Amino acid sequence: MLRRRLQPLHPIAWWCWAGTLAVAASRTTNLLLLGLILAVVAWVVSTRRGNSPWARSFGALLRLGLFVIAIRVAVQVLFGDRVPGDTWFTLPSVPLPHWAAGVTIGGPVTAQAAIGAFCQGLQIAVILACFGAANSLASSFRLLRCVPAGLYEVAVAVTVAISFTPQVVLSIARVRDARRLRGRATTGLRGWRGLAIPVLDGALERSVALAASMDARGFGRRSSSPKRRRLTAAATLAGLVGLGVGLFEVLDSGSASGIGLAVIILGGALVIGGMAGASHGSRSRYRPDRWRAAEWLVVGSGLLAAGAVVAAGSDPSSLTQPLYPLGLPAVPLAALAGILIATLPSVVAPAPAPVRAQLQEVAA
Amino acid sequence: MISFDRVTVTYPDAPAPVIDNVSLTIEEGHFALVIGATGAGKSTLLRCVNGLVPHFSGGRLNGTVSVDGRSTEKYRPRDLADAVGYVGQDADATFVADTVEDELGYAMENLGVDAATMRRRVEEVLDTLNLHALRQRAITTLSGGQRQRVAIGAAFTASPRALVLDEPTSSLDPVSAEEVLASLARLVHDQGTTILVAEHRLERIVQFADVVVALGAAPGEVRSGVPAEIFATAELAPPVVRLARVAGWSPVPLSVRDARRLAPELRRRLEAVRRPVVTAPRGDRVAKVKALSASYGPIPALAEVTLDLHQGEVVALMGRNGSGKSTLLNHLVGLRRAQRGSVEVLGRAPATLSATEAIRLVGLVPQDPGALLCAETVAAECRDGDRDGGLAEGATRAVLESLVSGISDSAHPKDLSEGQRLALALALVLAPEPPLLLLDEPTRGLDYGAKERLSLQLRQLAARGHCVVVATHDVELVAEVADRVVVLADGEVITDGPARSVVCHSAGLASQVARILAPAEWLTVEEVASALAASAPAPTLSPEPRNESAR
Repeated sequence: MLRRRLQPLHPIAWWCWAGTLAVAASRTTNLLLLGLILAVVAWVVSTRRGNSPWARSFGALLRLGLFVIAIRVAVQVLFGDRVPGDTWFTLPSVPLPHWAAGVTIGGPVTAQAAIGAFCQGLQIAVILACFGAANSLASSFRLLRCVPAGLYEVAVAVTVAISFTPQVVLSIARVRDARRLRGRATTGLRGWRGLAIPVLDGALERSVALAASMDARGFGRRSSSPKRRRLTAAATLAGLVGLGVGLFEVLDSGSASGIGLAVIILGGALVIGGMAGASHGSRSRYRPDRWRAAEWLVVGSGLLAAGAVVAAGSDPSSLTQPLYPLGLPAVPLAALAGILIATLPSVVAPAPAPVRAQLQEVAA
Repeated sequence: MISFDRVTVTYPDAPAPVIDNVSLTIEEGHFALVIGATGAGKSTLLRCVNGLVPHFSGGRLNGTVSVDGRSTEKYRPRDLADAVGYVGQDADATFVADTVEDELGYAMENLGVDAATMRRRVEEVLDTLNLHALRQRAITTLSGGQRQRVAIGAAFTASPRALVLDEPTSSLDPVSAEEVLASLARLVHDQGTTILVAEHRLERIVQFADVVVALGAAPGEVRSGVPAEIFATAELAPPVVRLARVAGWSPVPLSVRDARRLAPELRRRLEAVRRPVVTAPRGDRVAKVKALSASYGPIPALAEVTLDLHQGEVVALMGRNGSGKSTLLNHLVGLRRAQRGSVEVLGRAPATLSATEAIRLVGLVPQDPGALLCAETVAAECRDGDRDGGLAEGATRAVLESLVSGISDSAHPKDLSEGQRLALALALVLAPEPPLLLLDEPTRGLDYGAKERLSLQLRQLAARGHCVVVATHDVELVAEVADRVVVLADGEVITDGPARSVVCHSAGLASQVARILAPAEWLTVEEVASALAASAPAPTLSPEPRNESAR
């Protein structure tokens, strides 16, 4: 057991863990593996999320995932390629003019088409669930606190935007209520037209109040010259974009292509340069998140899971749903064991605050 | 500590200065209270202290404002962040971080304070403001009083020598307000912080003040001095002071405790007087709420509320922040549909009616009356009101004129004073003559004069047969206008009775006069004054204050 600690796990560790599981999910349509990944993610979320508002995003993304599966299957059944195989039933098909060649509506629906679409939908749903898990376990505010100093201004803008969104929703509700109280339409085009100006007006007033409060609390007081700041921010941002594109390239093609690697290296260099250039700013950080053994273990467990799934890819049939002939998914034991390792965070990550408070009460 | 030397502030496009040639000094470690009618320039004065005026707001500032020896001419607000903490009027709009702890650390991060000091300061502030249990909570999940304390903490962690607060308790229930004010008093006593605070609800705060700065109606009229001296003559005064004037006490007591020492003599004089018993006949039933329950997600907001509302009565709806007052009003006006139980106004469920029908049945003035106003001028607003309600031309304007006379047709609703804006919103809601009128927290930001006018208007509306429901934290308003008080706690009705007995027999809801003269049941200064004026002793009649409960 690791030393008990109060500070939550580093948000980047959670994002890495969820990211590696998403990578694992992206490599397979094996129902068994996808199901296990989902179960692991759900288990860790249920044991380690707090009770803050953002912790509910896991449920929201699960629902979104169900929706994606439904859409994927429905689209395949209605408009998809007519995949050959064991026909379940036949939908009346609509003849289309010749310029719409390639598009079909209706026709025979085979088990292969439906199950294949379901597996692909489930894959996307599991990736969404991983994203939801990261959001639930690590607040995006905490993540933004970790951005390099060069991007500080950008991070502040994003933070403010995130906290403003729910307020705009509230403000829309308030203005709609006010219109109803004046006896005006709240629905339809007329209703919406009357909303925009008061809502924007309210948002503007809040922004001014927020700016005054930030100014009064010393925001922007000890920053370096604007020119230097802009330069470092641009370099860091470009570097991060480069890193993202490079990673995508490498993951998408499944092999480390030359271009992808080059972009990753260049991006990394820019980020490091930008951070080094900006580190002269003299802000300090209140209780910065620290990277310790638990963080390494969490990231490591995710990497092992992803590694096990990728390694199982040497036998491609073990990662895909067999369609011809239709059969049960293979049981790649090594990959399954690897995914199970990813439950490690539910033990090594510090428990969220309310749970801890309850434990202390029980102990007392 | 804070000094103003011949300061004049003129905003751009304004014909006259907001404050004119003001000189004053606040000594270190003093708790200074700024009073003045709405629009007297209190906020401007406060915002001058850390340079938000003129650096942030624009406009011209002549003269010198200095804090801790630093002049705002040379230092911008951000450069004064270590000297002055500023908490604005709308605390909710000022949060940068999502959790309490991060918000408290924010100012020090900007100042580049080292990690160890930062940690220590945050822990100290968590203790001082009693926020320890909330340290990792998301700010959006806190109550109004807790959020206000977080805002104060966020301004205070950088250990400024002075703290400036603009109406810190205006939206809080009496208990939360006391918590906030007690925290401020602790900062003054334990840490020697200088505090400058503007507040309308003087009855809550006067006892804490060392110095009072009174802004007069004219921009240049400023007096400052010890509270007893200022309140001996000041026009704006809390009920305890006005009672002292009526009773002829000198020096003027400022707290209920001081006043109670002088009260026995007044109580004896009042015992001889019989209070005229007003028995308003109870009118027909206007609205009926039956076993109404509501919830926001898993959180219950109302639990089996049953209530009848009648013509001609003024009902005060009280209870701490989040007790379900606004939810009940929203159901009565039809903004929310009853999920369980029923709401009927004159036999119809408001939520099922079209907006045009609903406004003839029930009207609501929301917490921020400005939300109802969206036109460019007062005249246009009134015309829109006539059109929305399908009324004769000029109807809304006539109602407005009967409430407050002399508001210019061409004025922009945003430029009106708080009291005028409330009157305009009230006129818009009243013009279609709804038998049921609801007001949510109407006295926020109103000075005593505007509040008195509002009380009078509400009484007149009730006399004309409207049923008026006021959701409020303002016990003095309740003492002035209410016939009946309904108290909600966690969504349940815990008290429903005549105002006099509820207000006099509750620790938290008693008005200042009721506290001073307890156990005799007197509610307001006016009551006592008219009783004393008509003080023809009638020894054969014993006072029977409870007679009123029959109504």
